[in-house]
Amino acid sequence: MSSVEPLLFLLGLPLAGALVLGLAGHRRFAPELNVAFSTGTFGAAAALTADVIASGPRFALQREFFIDPLNVFLVALTAFVALTTAIFSRPYMRVEQAHGKMTPRRLRLYHSMYQLFSFTMLLALTTNNMGFLWVATEAATLATVLLVSVYRTAASLEAAWKYFILCGVGIAQALFGTVLLYMAAERAGAGPEVALHWTELETIKASLDPRIMGLAFAFLFVGYGTKVGLVPVHNWLPDAHAEGPTPVSAVLSGLLLNVALYAVLRCKVLTDGALGTALAGQLMMFFGLLSVLVAAFFLSRQRDVKRMFAYSSIEHMGLITFAFGVGGAVATFAGLLHMTVHSLVKSAIFFAVGHAAQQAGTQTMSEIRGLIRSSPTVGWGLMIGSLAILGMPPFGVFASEFLILVTAMREQPWATPFLLVGLGVAFASVFQRVQPMVFGDSSFKPLPHQPALVPVFVHLGIALVLGLYVPPYLESWYREAARMVAG
Amino acid sequence: MSGLALQFINLLAALLLLLAFAMLAQRRILSLIHLYTMQGVVLVAATAAMGYVSHQPHLYVSAGLTLALKVFLIPWLLHRVIDRLNVRWDIETLINIPTTLIVGIVLVIFAFNLAQPISELSASVARGTLGIALACVLLSLMMMITRSKAVPQVIGFLALENGLFFAATAATYGMPMVVELGIALDVLVGILILGVFLFQIRQQFDSLDIRHLEKLKDE
Amino acid sequence: MSALGFAAQLLEILAALALAPLFLGWVNQCRAWLQSRRGPGLLQPYRTLHKLFNKDSVLAERASPLFRAAPYLVFGCMTLACGIVPTLSTELPLSPAADAIALVGLFALARVFVSLAAMDIGTAFGSLGARREMLVGFLAEPALLMVLFTTALISDSTSLTTIVRTLSAREVGIQPSLALAAVALVMVALAENARVPVDNPATHLELTMIHEALVLEYSGRHLALMEWAAALKLFAYACIGIALFVPWGVAGAHAPLALLAALPLLLAKLALGGFLLALLETLSAKMRIFRVPEFLGMAFMLAVIAMLVNLLLGAPGR
Repeated sequence: MSSVEPLLFLLGLPLAGALVLGLAGHRRFAPELNVAFSTGTFGAAAALTADVIASGPRFALQREFFIDPLNVFLVALTAFVALTTAIFSRPYMRVEQAHGKMTPRRLRLYHSMYQLFSFTMLLALTTNNMGFLWVATEAATLATVLLVSVYRTAASLEAAWKYFILCGVGIAQALFGTVLLYMAAERAGAGPEVALHWTELETIKASLDPRIMGLAFAFLFVGYGTKVGLVPVHNWLPDAHAEGPTPVSAVLSGLLLNVALYAVLRCKVLTDGALGTALAGQLMMFFGLLSVLVAAFFLSRQRDVKRMFAYSSIEHMGLITFAFGVGGAVATFAGLLHMTVHSLVKSAIFFAVGHAAQQAGTQTMSEIRGLIRSSPTVGWGLMIGSLAILGMPPFGVFASEFLILVTAMREQPWATPFLLVGLGVAFASVFQRVQPMVFGDSSFKPLPHQPALVPVFVHLGIALVLGLYVPPYLESWYREAARMVAG
Repeated sequence: MSGLALQFINLLAALLLLLAFAMLAQRRILSLIHLYTMQGVVLVAATAAMGYVSHQPHLYVSAGLTLALKVFLIPWLLHRVIDRLNVRWDIETLINIPTTLIVGIVLVIFAFNLAQPISELSASVARGTLGIALACVLLSLMMMITRSKAVPQVIGFLALENGLFFAATAATYGMPMVVELGIALDVLVGILILGVFLFQIRQQFDSLDIRHLEKLKDE
Repeated sequence: MSALGFAAQLLEILAALALAPLFLGWVNQCRAWLQSRRGPGLLQPYRTLHKLFNKDSVLAERASPLFRAAPYLVFGCMTLACGIVPTLSTELPLSPAADAIALVGLFALARVFVSLAAMDIGTAFGSLGARREMLVGFLAEPALLMVLFTTALISDSTSLTTIVRTLSAREVGIQPSLALAAVALVMVALAENARVPVDNPATHLELTMIHEALVLEYSGRHLALMEWAAALKLFAYACIGIALFVPWGVAGAHAPLALLAALPLLLAKLALGGFLLALLETLSAKMRIFRVPEFLGMAFMLAVIAMLVNLLLGAPGR
């Protein structure tokens, strides 16, 4: 099998899907078409992954694309979550249509932008060019911003505006960082055509000027960090998650945050190589920890269920950023594992929450009661998902959080109490709220369309498996990626 | 000859900074758009001059692209938007312009200090202007913070992008062409989406005041 | 210190005293032309001064000696200011004693006396004018200082003669910092001399007047001195602008012939500057008094930017 084909499908399918659904996204069969395109994309991702596992990192299209163990694992994850979300959104959007919240025009926009969003995510992951990484991340914002405001309510417009402006400004900082990166690379002797290629930068990273790289990383970190949702530039995240349609919340949490963090990670590798100090890691540790703590305390004050889980995403992103900041093989391994399980479990939770909110007709937690009676699968999905995300064994989140904690105790003991406090507060506040939502009396009517809960349990199942046993090929793959990041 | 061209670039850089300040203090939306257009013109001239000095033909292409996008297309779109929204003659009440300007000066000093060590390392002939570019970025950022109407915020956002473009040109003679094209596409799509947004906000609130958009808060 | 230097200094002061009313007349005449009026003629300020000197001076009952002394002091300050700005020659005996900061100090001193005298009688208009004058002054002075500092940075000296010598010696070129500083100076000059966007010298509108309110209580020779001093101030500002931004043609040391050539050149520059000033006044509209701080804040900011740009981009030819 040649190296280009799966990649072409991987990027071409969602792009074609965006076009086709832009024309036919309002038809009855559009949700199925959406699923079909996502399935094709996932197939291509799987083929590409198998390819890379079999024969190692590769370039494509004149070195413009580069697939290595680090990004191929995220490509597989992204394509998978995009597929399951598409499956979930099929009945979800039909219900929304029945409730009158989605018109055919909005559905067309939704379907088209959904595919375009997948495309930008995969482009950001597979490109070898740091400039394109920026372009794709910005395009991802553009693709999702109209989805956040798709209901056209006052609150959703506000959320989308905030999302656009804050992320736009943030990502502009990243562009400045990219300019500085380019400047450093040109000074180090890279040709203008390849000076932004990550592979090229990686080989010359030791000769990049430390002063420029220090400043460049500061800007890149602020820029991509805004997209990761790190405190103090996290304000857009809870609003965008709470006010957009639930499938969008799921992909924002499950995919966009990961990709932004991936961008930070790539920059960190270069900065570490150039500076020879732990500056980048310290920055990441500090802001990661800050995010964990702030998000944990905000968690306890939420009333909107999607908002609460959005804060939980900030908390987990902070944790992963912290883990990558600590560095070293074990912490990086744990960070990658946590990225995987968080994105699976969080999207599963959003699926369950989406249906629960549809049943209750509200997102306010105090008005959602007794899910386990009205629809047991949604209730159990939410309960198990919450337990999983809170780090209960035997789920994968427990394994990765445990690893992160252990490494932190060994290498950064000062951070341990903060981490423990953050995780503890988060546990108490989420559990206290989810419990009455799931159990108790209920008078909700069943939904007009049968909810698609298979994705919920598939995600949770994978997270469970990862908690009990990481398959050897997966483990070697993580180790390979961790080795690349940690150097 | 190139010495004179270099002075010309420096003059344009100073003009860019001046325009950024003028935007910070401008009340009328229409004048803001004019200022933005002027910034585009200065940017085009600077990029072309830079191309002439450095013998980098691709800078002419990016100057042409800037001309089409930032001097014609985006201002035209903005004019259309404010016409359709009927805010052409809107005047924004700005509090305390002198204070804003003083803070702006502090920002400029900060930017110059930040850029000083970096610009010494740049190989570009116009490296001195990197500090000005960074100052423009910060000033536009401040403009976005101080404005409470949607259209001025959008213009602040666009001015921010102008500053970044100038930074790229000043520090490294511009990014590789493909990347620049991608950025231009993003900006264009961004402004279109923002235009759609403005209409949606107007429809929802009967006003373009961003202060309506402060309901979502964590109590 | 040579006889030539002494002669140059004397010539400069005499030229200033003689030309200042003419310059004012020229600006007013240009304004009249631009507004399609016939205008009072170039010599009108002289006629006014002559008329006022021949009139009796009426003093208010409660006027203190300060009120009577102020016109002489102000006139002296302005004459001295004109004397230390190197317009004809860079070799001036007074120049070692006075540098750029002293120049601003002289203007400030005059301002203080004008304002004190205006408040001395205790009329409402006097106090109002004094307050407005101070409002303009506290913003205009730092801006003027910044303009002078920018040029001082280029020439590494605050001595006016050194600045002019350095600036006239540099090669022709565009320099952003000087361009910005020039714009700032023009704005300051407009405000300080009560020209149109800030004040209208042709009216006595109590809502907006600044300069006229200050001298409302003066008459006869006192008023003549005050008006002459105002003309000198405008002249001094024009000379600062010429000296800093178009200094070519100023005579150096030991060059009696150049000194003779410098005078017609100065006249030509002044004529052009005056015309531009009139044009600017005609094109702009009077702004509300509450906008004046903004206007001057802008001037200050421009001057600061000029200085910063100069620091960042470096002086040309270096």
